[in-house]
Amino acid sequence: MYVQHKSHAQLAEQFNRDAKRVDWHDETLWLVRIKRDRAASQVAEWEQLREAASQIKNNVLSNLHDYLLQFEQHALANGIHVHWAADATEHNEIVHAIIRKHNINHIVKSKSMLTEECGLNEYLHGQDIEVIDTDLGERIVQLAKEPPSHIVLPCIHWKKEEIGELFHQHLGTPKGNADPQFLTAAARAHLREHFLAGKLAITGVNFAVAETGEVVVCTNEGNADLGVQLADVHIACMGIEKIIPQRKHLAIFLRLLARSATGQPITTYSSHFQKPREGQEMHIVLVDNGRSRRLASDDFRNVLKCIRCGACFNTCPVYRRSGGHSYHTAVAGPIGSILAPGLDTIYLLPLPCVGRAPMFAR
Amino acid sequence: MELILKNTGVNRIFVDGRFSYNLIDMNVGLFIPCYIDQLYPQVGIATLELLEKHGVKVSYPANQTCCGQPMANSGFEHLAHNCNRNFINSFASFDYIVCPSGSCTLHIKEHLHDAKLEAEATEIRKRIFELTEFLTDVVGIQHLNARFPHKVGIHQSCHGLRGLHLAQMSELMAAPFSKPGQLLRQVQDLELISLDRKDECCGFGGTFSVFEEAVSVKMGQDRVADHVNHEAEYITGVDMSCLMHLDGILKRKKSPVKVIHIAEILNSK
Repeated sequence: MYVQHKSHAQLAEQFNRDAKRVDWHDETLWLVRIKRDRAASQVAEWEQLREAASQIKNNVLSNLHDYLLQFEQHALANGIHVHWAADATEHNEIVHAIIRKHNINHIVKSKSMLTEECGLNEYLHGQDIEVIDTDLGERIVQLAKEPPSHIVLPCIHWKKEEIGELFHQHLGTPKGNADPQFLTAAARAHLREHFLAGKLAITGVNFAVAETGEVVVCTNEGNADLGVQLADVHIACMGIEKIIPQRKHLAIFLRLLARSATGQPITTYSSHFQKPREGQEMHIVLVDNGRSRRLASDDFRNVLKCIRCGACFNTCPVYRRSGGHSYHTAVAGPIGSILAPGLDTIYLLPLPCVGRAPMFAR
Repeated sequence: MELILKNTGVNRIFVDGRFSYNLIDMNVGLFIPCYIDQLYPQVGIATLELLEKHGVKVSYPANQTCCGQPMANSGFEHLAHNCNRNFINSFASFDYIVCPSGSCTLHIKEHLHDAKLEAEATEIRKRIFELTEFLTDVVGIQHLNARFPHKVGIHQSCHGLRGLHLAQMSELMAAPFSKPGQLLRQVQDLELISLDRKDECCGFGGTFSVFEEAVSVKMGQDRVADHVNHEAEYITGVDMSCLMHLDGILKRKKSPVKVIHIAEILNSK
């Protein structure tokens, strides 16, 4: 979590001082929107899928209490430790306590916007515990000591030449080398060391299935799997709204998620974690952090249906021209403006994002 | 066969197998947004002439004022009571209210309320139409007697597009349509250009342009560039406010491209 005091307008004005860069940022994200449009147009029942997903989430939100208990019951039966956190502080303390119990100082983390929301990295840093983000985009912004500027594409605001320079400083790659393939290979080698040393893996959660007690994590890089499989301890952190009732519902959500996010038919990995492997310890931390309050609000309840695909970012004409760091929330962009637990007003919510978000059909 | 139906106070006639509206008996109240009244009176005049040309009986209630949208959008809807009351008093007696602005129409359609006159407010919310949807959906215009020999780009304003569904939103996987486009295609010698981004916002957004100047200007510049790159001579739309924003950018660039409200094109000879 980062704190800054300038208004969105001031930060957007700074961003707009370099018009060419704004054009580049805008075009880059617009291209992702075009890819999404193309992918969605190839699914004849796309709008029905959105509607079905929206209705399933309506059902989840109306029965959240029961589904959460059902999920907990099955997860416990699977041998998973389940923790409940009322807010970010409790979440961070729970994770810290697990780390302390095992006396581990090599920690790898795959992508998790929830841990961004809770400021986990900063909290643990304050306890002299370093977490290595293993998603490539997340690692880039971590090396640059920045928050992600987009929930799906965390370093979309970085040009490859700048990443070349960053890697030159931090990973010792040759100066001036900005070849994406070369840089990715360098990051891979760098991350591999951390994977092999990592004794504890933290992951986010895309979907938590109430009927089975399993969590599903979607990645393109396989970093969640590698981290979890090499670690002695796995901690999965999730907001309480990530529940879906049954495994079969993934057939709807997985078809929507990657198409909406990047235009891919599906993420390269859809990893199901149902129980710890032998000798491993698995924890799930269920986090409220303002979500119950959202649930009680007529105006904001719908936001809990969000599946974090990021499609609203790519279509938002304001986001494309102001950049993710002009927002004041861990989740930037239009959805972040209504998702953040502390905010009670909708500000800057432009209209196109609503028609694009898979979850807001109703 | 002609069959007159009395239905919600509006005469509908059944002619040649379809319903159409008995325009002669229909009283239409013309709602002209304040900035059109003050800055673009020619748009109000064109709207009136266009409606009368198609047999619509139009009255202009002289006591009308701003509909209250700028205040409501800034969080002061609870103080807009007098605006609402005045709007109801001005327009409650009409069969239809027609307005050459998607944005102001949407504001009334979604936000007009009055604790004491809620029944009247509810009727008005149902009976208010933006100009082009009134022409396509109520009057049912099939043939326009208009000529405009120019290359024209349509700017789809967000409120009209997403709030009133004057055209299909490009992000929905659904059949495309455009009510302003349907009318412009009936104008003789008018060439409609296509755009790279057919429904990108222009960045005006009312008070947004004041509070978020940098992004607002950049969005406007990009919107203008898309039209200019496709050789538009005119940028048209249903909202003069968006066009005003684009016009400011065009004038600063000393561009020969002009903005024109759709009513002026549809009313041209």
